[in-house]
Parts: sequence; C-alpha cells; structure tokens
Amino acid sequence: MATSYQLKRADFIFKNENDWEDVLKKNLSRQPNELINELISSELKGRGGAGFPTGLKWKLSAEVKDDTKYVICNADEGEPGTFKDREILSLVPFKVLTAMAICGYVVGAKEAYIYLRAEYFFLKPELNKVIDEFHDFCKKINFDFTIRIFMGSGAYICGEETALFESMEGKRGEPRNKPPYPAISGYMNKPTVINNVETLAHAYTIFTYGAKRFYDLGVQYSRGTKLFSVSGDTPKPGIYELELGMSLSDFVSDFGDGDCKAVQVGGASGFLVPRKRFAETTIGYQGKLIGISLPTGGSMMLFNSSRSMYNVLDNYLEFFREESCGQCTPCRVGCQQLLKGIKAVKSGEKNAQYLDKLLKLAETMQFTAKCGLGQSVANSFSSIVENFREEMIY
Amino acid sequence: MNPVSDLIKTLADQYGRNRNNLLPILQGVVEQETYLSEFSMIEIARELDMPASEVYGTATFYSFLEYKKMGKYIIRICKTITCSMKGKNQILLAIEDMLKITVGETTPDGTFSLLQTNCLGFCHKAPAMLINNDVYTELTPEKVREILTQYLNKRKEGGQNGN
Repeated sequence: MATSYQLKRADFIFKNENDWEDVLKKNLSRQPNELINELISSELKGRGGAGFPTGLKWKLSAEVKDDTKYVICNADEGEPGTFKDREILSLVPFKVLTAMAICGYVVGAKEAYIYLRAEYFFLKPELNKVIDEFHDFCKKINFDFTIRIFMGSGAYICGEETALFESMEGKRGEPRNKPPYPAISGYMNKPTVINNVETLAHAYTIFTYGAKRFYDLGVQYSRGTKLFSVSGDTPKPGIYELELGMSLSDFVSDFGDGDCKAVQVGGASGFLVPRKRFAETTIGYQGKLIGISLPTGGSMMLFNSSRSMYNVLDNYLEFFREESCGQCTPCRVGCQQLLKGIKAVKSGEKNAQYLDKLLKLAETMQFTAKCGLGQSVANSFSSIVENFREEMIY
Repeated sequence: MNPVSDLIKTLADQYGRNRNNLLPILQGVVEQETYLSEFSMIEIARELDMPASEVYGTATFYSFLEYKKMGKYIIRICKTITCSMKGKNQILLAIEDMLKITVGETTPDGTFSLLQTNCLGFCHKAPAMLINNDVYTELTPEKVREILTQYLNKRKEGGQNGN
C-alpha cells in the first residue's frame, strides 16, 4: 500500500533536545502577559478532549487575586483507547514539568500536582526522580516552585476536573456544579489551572519555538498537532503525532487493515463513524463549515467487518455503568437502563422500536446529566445505534 | 499494639491528619495490607478525627481500594474494548483454569486474587493485565501461564526463606 496519503506527520512532542533548562530560564525572564498572549495566539486548545483554549484558561486564573493558587497536571488518562499521556510522562517528563512551572510563574502559583492514575503507579518512582532533579534546578535559579505526585485510585470519573479536585481533597470523586470554574475556584476552592499532560507538552513546544510555528500547523480552528492513540483492528497500533484537520478517510487509508468498517473517535465517550462517513469527517475541533468535525482526546479505535457493533456498544455501556459516579440520576440510572435495554432488544424480550425509546433516554441524559460523563454516553450510543441498527436487533 | 494501627499512625504522621490526606493514607494501608478492613477504616477515622462512615464512603468509591480481603498478588485483567476484542476471555480462562478460581475470588492459600478492571491504557498492546503494580501486555494463554508460574515460584521461595 502506498503511504503518500495526506496525513501530515509531525515530531514535536517526543523530540528531546534536552534544552528544558534553557527554555525554563528564557521564559521565566519574560513578562507573564507576554507569555499568555503567546499561548493565546497559538490557539492551543485542551488536548484532553474538551478543547478549551489553554491561553484563556491561564489568563482567567492569572487575573484572579489570591495568594494561593495551584497548577495541576491531569494524568488520569482513563478514556478507553487513550495511552498517549503515559508515553509523554515516561519519555519527555521534563517538558511537562517545565510547562507547569511556566504556568505557575504566569498565574502566580507556587504549588503544583500531577494527578496520576493508579494504573500508572509503575511510572511513579522514575517520575519522582525527575521531579527531584527539576526542583534542584528551580532552586539553582531561585524559582520557588514545588511539584508533587498525587495518586489516583482507579476511578475514570476523576479525569473530570472537578471530580479530580474532590478526590485530591480526600472525598468521593463526584463532579461539582459549574460554575464556578476551576480557574476561579478549583482545588481547595483556590484558583487552579488544570491541564492535560499533552496540553502542557504542546505549551512547551510553543514556548520553545514560538506560537507561529505551532499556529502554522493544522487547519483553521484546529491549530497544531495532536497525539493519536491508535488501536483496534490496525496493523500498526501505537502513538502517532499528526497535524489536526485530517480527513478520516486519509487516516483509515494509512492505519486501517483494508477492511475497516467503523472508527471510534475520542474513546467510549466519543463518536463512532461508519465507513460511509469517513470522507466527510475531519478530526479537529468544532467550527468547520463543511462536513463533520470531531474533537478528540486522541483515541482512534478501528473496527473491521469481523466485529459486532452490538458487542462494542455492550462493552462501552458496561464501562459507563461501572464508572458512573452515581451522583446524578440521569447518568446512574440511564447507563444501567441503556445496557439493560440493548440486551432486551437483542434477546427479543423487547421489540426493535424499543431502540427509539433508548435513543430518547440517551438524549435526555445528554441534556440533564451533571457532568461530561453522563452527557457523552449519548455520543457513542446514538452513533452506534443509528448507524448499525440492524446489528442491535439481530 | 496492632500492626495496622501502627501503620496508620505512621502514615498519618507522614502525610498529615487533614481530610485531603485521606487518599494517600488509604493507599498506604492497601499497599501493605492489600485491602482495607473495617478495623483499618475505623482506625483511620479515629486518627483523622472524622466519621468512619465518611472513610468508608470514600474508600468504597475507588476500585483500587479493596475492602474485602485480597490475596498477596492481585491480578487485574483489562476488559475494556480493545483488550476484549483481542482475546481477553482466553487469558481469563487460562488463569481460571490454572488457579482454579473465578473472577472475584482468591486462591485458598491467599496468593492470588483475580479481578477484571477497566481500560489500563495499553490498548496498542492488548490484551493487558496488572499484577499488583506491574503491567503485562500482549498476553497469550501460554505467556500468562509462564508469568503466573514465576509468581508461584517466587512465593514458594519467599515461604522457604520465611521458615
């Protein structure tokens, strides 16, 4: 198979020039405002999946007056099909720490945490060594900044930022109401900047090469590159850095096994795109005028024609049913009923029209659930049921 | 004094006695004891001066904080989509057959507990499992039998040294 498709590969994140000390020193000598403006002009958006403009996040937190502020790196990478953050933390941890320190300087925070998921406990010893080395350098240049690791304990929901704060405060990981947003009131009700691991790694790229270099990559509304975690039915699973704005058909030509029937973009909480929509779907953030543009945390799971989409949906729903924190009714009961519902339709206990009722239930969850988990169950549920209805029935 | 009470005191001294130190303390107990007994949770509540029900409520929220007695090695098989597609069930059957336990059970000698877990973040190397904090990927039934045999041997040697 020729590989001359239009996928634009890039190599920023994992390129290690070992220059973090210079990057840190150089940027700490600039004005906070200048740094924020650089980040804003790069149009970097959160790489955890939600896509909030990172520069704006920093700016909002910087504008709040408070003696105590926090910077938190969200390394609770729990979305099925995502494994890029682990790779960043094991290969280029200094980039993340440096970006956290620059963030601390910009917003006026002296304490920072990395919330690391329990499943990645094995990263902790090495990461602690790196943090010690980083602290030594901060002391040398008289920059007061402390980073600590906070371990999670196996809860997907704690990747949601306010649930993560609750967890760090020693409580059940149940999301809070928003507003107030973390930039104003986050961990310990103090202004908190919380960024995904990859977002911080991109911020490092921007503070190293300048905003323009980053902005020139990608397409309108979706600037820069993104790490993609590719898994499923593909001959080359792994982590790839690609420019945003690619079309899904180019992606599948490159990564598919020749028999790809659907791609799940954005993990279990994302969307399933069937083959007939590959050409009109691009990967990036909302705002494109033609076709569908899907935001993503970078999870790309490919399914070939040997897979039953019923089993796929069953697996997702079981995941959500277990990981729902149980706090709000739409999500707690909704997840249970959706799972029960598709099983009933499959077994013939309910007729096929029951699927329409379930679609309505999913829509209700989207509107009424308290946080992103409950709201996004409908994404995969509806896109699978609508596109593969026949597989749900028999 | 009870060794668990000592451990909890030490952990509380190390991390502090505020509510936001609760999770590290719970994790510290699980690391040593493999699970949180009712006794430990009450002790933690006493040490941190908070209601035992709050400790219980928090601890039982997290899937890696076990509150039933667990074996020395906790096997957690990833059951999420990619691992499931790539043969998770065969791995599970191989383990069940070898250890003669099913999911949720512990071997009578207290060596292994078998659990399923959600996405471990090794989808590109599926199927994957954790044994305590160590990750094993691209598993096959043969491979998993070898891994478990190593653990069994380690356990035997450990037992002899203990005598």
